[in-house]
Amino acid sequence: MIPVIIIGLGVIMLAAAIAAVYFKSLLASIISAGVISLLASVIYLILGSPDVAMTEASIGSGLTTVIFLFALHRVRKGKSDD
Amino acid sequence: MIRNMAVLLAVIGLVAMFLPMVTDFQERENLNELAADYVEGSINDLNTPNVVTSVIVTYRGLDTLGEVTVLFLATVGVGLLLKGRKEDMIRISSSELLGTTSSVLVAMIMILGIYIFTHGHLTPGGGFQGGVVIASGFLLMLLSNVNVKMNHSIMHFVESFSGVAYVGIGVAGLVLAIGFLNPGILPLGRFGELFSAGAIPVIYSLIGLKVGSELTSILVTMGGEK
Amino acid sequence: MISSYTLILGIALLIIGFYAMLTRKNLIKMVIGFSIADTGTHIIIVSLGYLRGKTAPIIDQAVSAVNAVQKVVDPIPSALVLTAIVIGLAVTAVMLSFIVEMYRKNKSLSIDDYQELKW
Repeated sequence: MIPVIIIGLGVIMLAAAIAAVYFKSLLASIISAGVISLLASVIYLILGSPDVAMTEASIGSGLTTVIFLFALHRVRKGKSDD
Repeated sequence: MIRNMAVLLAVIGLVAMFLPMVTDFQERENLNELAADYVEGSINDLNTPNVVTSVIVTYRGLDTLGEVTVLFLATVGVGLLLKGRKEDMIRISSSELLGTTSSVLVAMIMILGIYIFTHGHLTPGGGFQGGVVIASGFLLMLLSNVNVKMNHSIMHFVESFSGVAYVGIGVAGLVLAIGFLNPGILPLGRFGELFSAGAIPVIYSLIGLKVGSELTSILVTMGGEK
Repeated sequence: MISSYTLILGIALLIIGFYAMLTRKNLIKMVIGFSIADTGTHIIIVSLGYLRGKTAPIIDQAVSAVNAVQKVVDPIPSALVLTAIVIGLAVTAVMLSFIVEMYRKNKSLSIDDYQELKW
């Protein structure tokens, strides 16, 4: 059962990674990168590291995505100015 | 064309580098000597149920001090690059409902963060995770309530106080116990209780406050302030 | 068994991130590639610390203090990855601040418009 879960998560993560590289929209890319981190935290939990899983879920998929969105907001705002 | 070939060559080189790692990989069955020593030392010498915490705070304490320093430098760098750009603030109008609900939620998120970093030696979690939860509470406050104003002097005080206290506890370990950052300066207590494991919960709480205030100031700087 | 699957997954993520850093023209896309490669590296390190059929290194009802050494996974890779994740966030924040500042100067996010150091 566990190998099946890992293979399923892995397929979704690889698909999200390829999507993050090839999406035209930056917003969609950022959200895809957040999905990769969120699923990685499940992988860490299966591998017996709950501390790392907590850190990855809060930092990798939470704060990193927020910082990317803030940067995107600043860049977009400048673009609409000129 | 040459560019594409170079990229292809680099990727193939990376694959070739990692191929032996995959083909020769065998799942290990037993802990190596150092890890077994850390697990036994954490239980017998330090009274810490969470072995990862004892590795981070005590056995690799100097690494963690350096890491907190890197985080501080990153905060300074972000502040230096983006400070003083008043035109960049995010303006969102929030309703009465959103403001009231978020002020209740923020208090609960703060309590959760404090719980996570004070129980870092007993349960999964610790200073880094608790600090991030606290920073996310401040983020909610920042996003939901336009009239909130971050008090920078309190944030800087908490940040520098926890940094100085962290190094101070390390030096106290040098004088009162057997080495720098040794938690033996406080009594070890009974295994599995909140006030046990010497100075480990104190150090991890200080790391939590430091990480929380630093990440909050990164978020405030990048999001634009009032 | 399961750690060899996650090892392959980590290496695949690392290679995808590396490829994105090399080929994308957009600066923010390059940072996204860096972030993916970062996640891949962390998964590789945690996979190397996994021991077959063992559990998290926390002493509770599941793991008694007497035979803990026979029952837990390696705690050192977990500790290293935990600090590496926080550093990864700090590095990403600094890179994005530089990008915002570069955009303010040149009004462009494309790497082709920054050729001062090209030879």
